[in-house]
Amino acid sequence: MAQEQTRERWGSRIGVILAVAGSAVGLGNFLRFPGNAAQNGGGAFMLPYFISLLVLGIPLCWAEWTMGRYGGLRGFNSAPGIFSVLWRNRASKYFATLALLIPLVIYMYYVLIEAWCLGYALKYLTGDLMMGRDPDAYGNYLNNYVGADADGALFSGSNPSFLLILVVAFVLNFTLIYRGVTKGIEMFCRVAMPLMALLAIIVLVRVLTLGAPIDPDQNVVTGLGFMWNPRSDRLWDPQTWLAASGQIFFSLSVGFGVIINYASYLSEKDDVVLSGLTSSSMNEFFEVCLGGLITLPAAFIFLGPQVANFTGSSFAVGFVALPNVFASMPGGQIFGFLWFFMLFIAAITSSVSMLQPVIAFFEEGFGLKRHASVTILGLIVAMGCGFVAYFSKGTVALDTMDFWVGTFFIFILGLFQAIMYGWVLGIERGETEAHRGANVRIPRFVQYVLKYVTPLYLGIIAVLFAINNLPSKDSEVAKLPSSAHAMLAEGPIGSTLVDVMKNNEINFPAAGTIVDQGAGAWHVLGENGSLLYKIKDETLYQHSAGQIEKVLSNPVAVSSMLFVFVVLGFLMVMVHIAGRRWEAEGRLSYGPESPTN
Amino acid sequence: MDPASYAPTPAGWTIMVVSITMVIALVSYCTVRVLTLPPVEMDDIKGPLEIDTRDTQDAD
Repeated sequence: MAQEQTRERWGSRIGVILAVAGSAVGLGNFLRFPGNAAQNGGGAFMLPYFISLLVLGIPLCWAEWTMGRYGGLRGFNSAPGIFSVLWRNRASKYFATLALLIPLVIYMYYVLIEAWCLGYALKYLTGDLMMGRDPDAYGNYLNNYVGADADGALFSGSNPSFLLILVVAFVLNFTLIYRGVTKGIEMFCRVAMPLMALLAIIVLVRVLTLGAPIDPDQNVVTGLGFMWNPRSDRLWDPQTWLAASGQIFFSLSVGFGVIINYASYLSEKDDVVLSGLTSSSMNEFFEVCLGGLITLPAAFIFLGPQVANFTGSSFAVGFVALPNVFASMPGGQIFGFLWFFMLFIAAITSSVSMLQPVIAFFEEGFGLKRHASVTILGLIVAMGCGFVAYFSKGTVALDTMDFWVGTFFIFILGLFQAIMYGWVLGIERGETEAHRGANVRIPRFVQYVLKYVTPLYLGIIAVLFAINNLPSKDSEVAKLPSSAHAMLAEGPIGSTLVDVMKNNEINFPAAGTIVDQGAGAWHVLGENGSLLYKIKDETLYQHSAGQIEKVLSNPVAVSSMLFVFVVLGFLMVMVHIAGRRWEAEGRLSYGPESPTN
Repeated sequence: MDPASYAPTPAGWTIMVVSITMVIALVSYCTVRVLTLPPVEMDDIKGPLEIDTRDTQDAD
């Protein structure tokens, strides 16, 4: 009996940590991190990465755990309630709407990616994905599988198995949520996290013992060099610091609204400091030790230096480059299955955590029982998921939501939470709250970091991120010889322009057209009418569309943003009603907090 | 580019080994500390995932 009690207690403590770590560990650990590192200086990326972990990641995690527990001890588990007791102002709960919107909207597209992983795992079991070494074949397969060629492709009957898999993933998530936090999330994470680690280690061992099956120089050692060799000049590039900070920020799930909800269930005798540090370190283990050793070294062994073509996109690394690897690898079919099944587990431990903050809000905001809150939430996310699944062409809807909600809004919420901890709760009270029941102490200087450095650092990153991504940019590629300019002025495209582009390693776009803009300016448009190059003042500029232009130039992207704002509006109304209800019940009061609280 | 040119440099090895060692040391320290903490009184256990939110009591 005594043993049973001890095991039960320890299981609960580690269960909490595994659930938070499960929320943080996702596809980004295995696909985004290696690509990000390789693109931004290799080993040199790790210096800003670890600095960001120490200055931004772990302190913000502690802040979220502390604020979540603080709100929970005062009777609230949802972000609007927690924010209201932290900042005793009527406006605070409306800011918390972001902490509901972010996990809700991310879930709407994340469950699709989750279904891709499960679908790919099953395709490996049946052998359908063993198509030999041909990046184009896997690229086309992915496009077809996700319906990237046309809107509504997934509903046209061409890929019925995917819709079935999507429904399975959806039902699995909601079954876990419906079973409740103990019998659902905790029970699942206790099994899923060790299983995920086991599967990743099996794949890692296979990668490290692959040898050099293609070329003696393409082996695991040179693969590790591709990933880890530092390009020190990149340390001086702000883009490297931005990428490293973003990786830490997104990887640890800070600013998602999940940790603050999970921590709200802790008692004052529970340890938030060690639990927060442990869940963060588990996330780092999956990211640096497994993601950093598996993905790119494996791809390098089979694809060589051309793997660099895939590092710019997580999807390209995971769903195009790695299937090439598995196709060439002895036992690749089973390892392909293990890999994608592991990604599916990583995805589901994250997606299930995205539902809990909204469930908690529906329940405490409106007194709903679990079946009612799960039903309402299910209807909302089914509509959103259906929207993303239908508007699948070029994954525009998914990309739009991922950028604005899954990236940009997270910066805003993270910044708001950092200010809330450092300046509203205050570092003195924050330190006291964090150390209730703590078994390890947070060094004192971290409180000052949280008050001054973290908000400033996060603010700078957010501004740089916005400057880099929101506006469109035209970068000069080449000066055009006057002959090319003259030919353009005469009408049809001259071969001189094509030659100039070739000399600058640019292929004139297939089915591209040149449109005269008047006043000696021309636009080179791609197949789908998108602006690729500008010619002005006898100079060729490459056009990079910013996120604002991407939204405004595409009706699906506009619709996606409208959808997000409709959901935001709906949640704000819900938060308003819940706030009135809490006020009527006497659960909320405004103004300075009494010293006894 | 020649694949052989990607052979790990001493700096590459160092960064990889130091990064992985640091992370493994941190996760090991934390996990051992968590697993060796004294048991909490039964009444005190209210981990986030243990809380009975009472919302499934009459769920059908």
